Amino acid sequence: MLKAESLKKIDHEIAKYPADQKQSAVMSALAIAQDEKGWLATETMDFIAHYLEMPPIAVYEVATFYNMYNLQPLGEYKITVCTNLPCALSGANQAVAHIQQKLGIGFNETTMDGKFTLKEGECMGACGDAPVLLVNNKRMCSFMSSGKIDQLLDELSQ
Amino acid sequence: MINFEIDGKVVSVPKNGTVMDGANQLGIYIPHFCYHKKLSIAANCRMCLVQVEKAPKPLPACATPAMEGMKVFTHSGQAVTAQKGVMEFLLINHPLDCPICDQGGECQLQDLAVGYGASSSRYTEAKRVVANKNLGPLISTDMTRCIHCTRCVRFGQEIAGIMELGMAGRGEHAEILSFVGRTVDSELSGNVIDLCPVGALVSKPFRYSARTWELSRRKSISPHCGLGSNLIVQVKQNRVMRVLPRENEVINECWLSDKDRFSYEGLNSEERLSKPMIRRDGEWQECNWQTALEFVANGLKAVKEKYGAQRIGALASAHSTLEELHLLQKLMRGFGSANVDHRLRQSDFRADGHLLGVPWLGMSIAELSRLRSVLIIGSTLRKDHPLIAQRLRQAVKQGAQLNLINPVDDDLLTKVANRAIVAPAAMVSLLAQVLKAAAELRGVEIPGAVEDAVSQLEVTDVARAMAASLIDIKPSAILLGNLAQHHPRYGDIHALAQHLAQIAEAQFGVLGEAANSVGAYIARAIPDPHIQQAPAANPSSQPELKGMNAQQMLGISETGAVADPCQAYVLLNLEPELDSYNSQQTVKALDAAELVVMMGAYKSPHALSRNYADVLLPIAPFTETSGTFINTEGRVQIFNGVVAPLGETRPAWKVLRVLGNMLGLDGFDYDAPEQVRAEIFPDESEVSRLLDNNLRGFAVESTEAPEGTTSGEIQRIGEVPIYQADPIVRRAGSLQRTHDAAAPVAWMAGALMDRLGVRLGDSVRVKQGGGVVQLAAARDDKLPADCARVAAAHPLTAALGDMFGPIEIEKL
Repeated sequence: MLKAESLKKIDHEIAKYPADQKQSAVMSALAIAQDEKGWLATETMDFIAHYLEMPPIAVYEVATFYNMYNLQPLGEYKITVCTNLPCALSGANQAVAHIQQKLGIGFNETTMDGKFTLKEGECMGACGDAPVLLVNNKRMCSFMSSGKIDQLLDELSQ
Repeated sequence: MINFEIDGKVVSVPKNGTVMDGANQLGIYIPHFCYHKKLSIAANCRMCLVQVEKAPKPLPACATPAMEGMKVFTHSGQAVTAQKGVMEFLLINHPLDCPICDQGGECQLQDLAVGYGASSSRYTEAKRVVANKNLGPLISTDMTRCIHCTRCVRFGQEIAGIMELGMAGRGEHAEILSFVGRTVDSELSGNVIDLCPVGALVSKPFRYSARTWELSRRKSISPHCGLGSNLIVQVKQNRVMRVLPRENEVINECWLSDKDRFSYEGLNSEERLSKPMIRRDGEWQECNWQTALEFVANGLKAVKEKYGAQRIGALASAHSTLEELHLLQKLMRGFGSANVDHRLRQSDFRADGHLLGVPWLGMSIAELSRLRSVLIIGSTLRKDHPLIAQRLRQAVKQGAQLNLINPVDDDLLTKVANRAIVAPAAMVSLLAQVLKAAAELRGVEIPGAVEDAVSQLEVTDVARAMAASLIDIKPSAILLGNLAQHHPRYGDIHALAQHLAQIAEAQFGVLGEAANSVGAYIARAIPDPHIQQAPAANPSSQPELKGMNAQQMLGISETGAVADPCQAYVLLNLEPELDSYNSQQTVKALDAAELVVMMGAYKSPHALSRNYADVLLPIAPFTETSGTFINTEGRVQIFNGVVAPLGETRPAWKVLRVLGNMLGLDGFDYDAPEQVRAEIFPDESEVSRLLDNNLRGFAVESTEAPEGTTSGEIQRIGEVPIYQADPIVRRAGSLQRTHDAAAPVAWMAGALMDRLGVRLGDSVRVKQGGGVVQLAAARDDKLPADCARVAAAHPLTAALGDMFGPIEIEKL
């Protein structure tokens, strides 16, 4: 189901907790699975439940609680723009409009070529760097003016 | 103890007690939804907010630990304002349409809204709507009504042992659901209907069929498993509409298994027999009682004259009441035959002459919760005794060790410390190994009665671990399950378990298969009069005859060869082709008999079509007669009928009374069932004196598999599926649509399938004793080698023979 490499990472996470509390590793395991697969299919969650010896529904509870887990297939790059107040005051809405115009998609949509998905995000704790956006949950980009957005999209498009 | 004050009243609760505990003690009601005394504390409904002196904000009573000198106010201005505020929020997303909700009239939210809700809503925005979920044939959902108390989720995790429901999403998007598209299959699932404080989870079979205020509530006792759950049967217009639990902390607590809860549908089945029927010239005709009873009396007299009374036999189900069983055996013994038995699924009767008393649980049901180590022999406990399994599950959570010797390894939804999954034939040897290991650990001699069988054995590690668990951790117990009692070497298992219990100083119990398994012995619905001493107050005037046991009556003798079967049978509450150890031989014996009288509540399709029965007498099921069940712990529970008998149905004790008089027997002049009961035991305390699991003078000769077992032969594991155990539950439509009621398949381990060249889903021909059935093959790698699990007690497998023993399987 998952590659040996991912399983090794999950095992590493499991080792951080007492042996009878494997399920403590569920959040990291889901993140690792998502890194490999791009999103969390029902079968993936079922696999993780089995792997961590916990009920599938308990995995599903966690996966649906946190925004960063993708329960649908997405584009190669998920761009999450913060639209909370500090970012909005510093031009987040213009940044969003620029991305939408450039990619031709709205929020929660994916480009035709399957490259980009745009998401609306909540505060990322970096209001001083506003406006901010996240690429694939991992890469934080600060001060996203139109120019920097163009640069980013060009870089990712290659 | 912590002393504190609620509403000016002083109360003391144990350390770790909460404000809610104190309020419950004082009888002060604090409104709540998510709090439940049997579940963990979630404190997420916030309805139980109360004012606490010196606390800046109201606190939830269910989650606030009591502290010395604390002053709590449950009805102060601050508390009531907080509670009203919570209620307003709860009602924001809850539909305000009680008249069309099935929970209306018995809804905690509705009731509390009267006290804490406003007369109209200030909320004008859109309400959220949540899609309904398909949770299976028992639970209907109306998820928009859910207030997210999570009682159903916690019930699954904590009581049922399997988390099937969860809360997905967050905030406004939170909803209760099962994992993508799955149904709720726990055998305790119906309890979430009671737990749900709103109309989100309601009973599917009962939905929209009645309002709670139209129903009368009548007490009854469950006729299914040996637990004897206390019931509230709700009745409308002389029809049982639904069944709810009646709280009894020492038996079923506040729970019911689905079998107890939903099998009432079988009472209203189309197959109910409402008039006596006689078969004349191959045609079934309805007739009146007089004709039917005369037919029976004349028939019995004729058989007695022709073959002698010894060729007449009575077979009864242990789901019958104590009074019915007593009168049946009295009738038979009065008529000159001691052929009475209720143990149709038992195959080994060697222990009969050795039994010192009535087999029973060996302790109280409540004591099960306090056990620290327990060895279960031959039972998929959660299917055989769902609520006993629940008690042991709680004990395991508290650190108890569960040990299991069983031929199948179904998930018991609890931690099993040591498990030995072995072929049925190897169970005896494994148990003997545990005994030997126990004797070694304790440094005691192996008892003479089992020495021959035990001394040569090699003790395996798992056996040693089980022995250590039983000896080192106290209190411990050994329990014999249904499968052990059906086992072809039950006598050996019983004796070994008894000696093991003595060596390990553990308690020893036999789990009662049916509601009246203990009662059937007490009523002497058994052939051997010496199995127990007759109660002192009931000196038997009859000569003590020794009769045939169930197997012998049906033409199966101890050596397996067919002896002379009976020529007349009286069957009580039985469908013999489903309720007996060897259905094939049973039907053959009934076919060959001159007279078969079936007393039961149903037009059993087999009896009608195969024509083995000659007369059908409609007798009342447990809801239509008064009676007594003695549950597996020896508790006498008397119940009354809750509805009038259907059509011309009559309580069986009345039928047997009339029959006794027609046969000219003495002592059949009863006016009330109380008189019958008084004859069995004048005083309830008599019962406990008769309970004794021990065998005397029963020697176990060997633990080897019986002769004739060649290697490579496939052995059948024939268990009784949970919803096939008795005639009522077999007709409960909703239960029959659950996963547990799926049609039987031939389960085999992968290795055996490979050997037979069978793949998953292939049709296979299953042969046993001349009978052939066609089943689908299914794979279960946890089964022991060379064993096939083929359920008994099902019409699809009724053509097969013994529940255990050799069976042939070939690819089609």
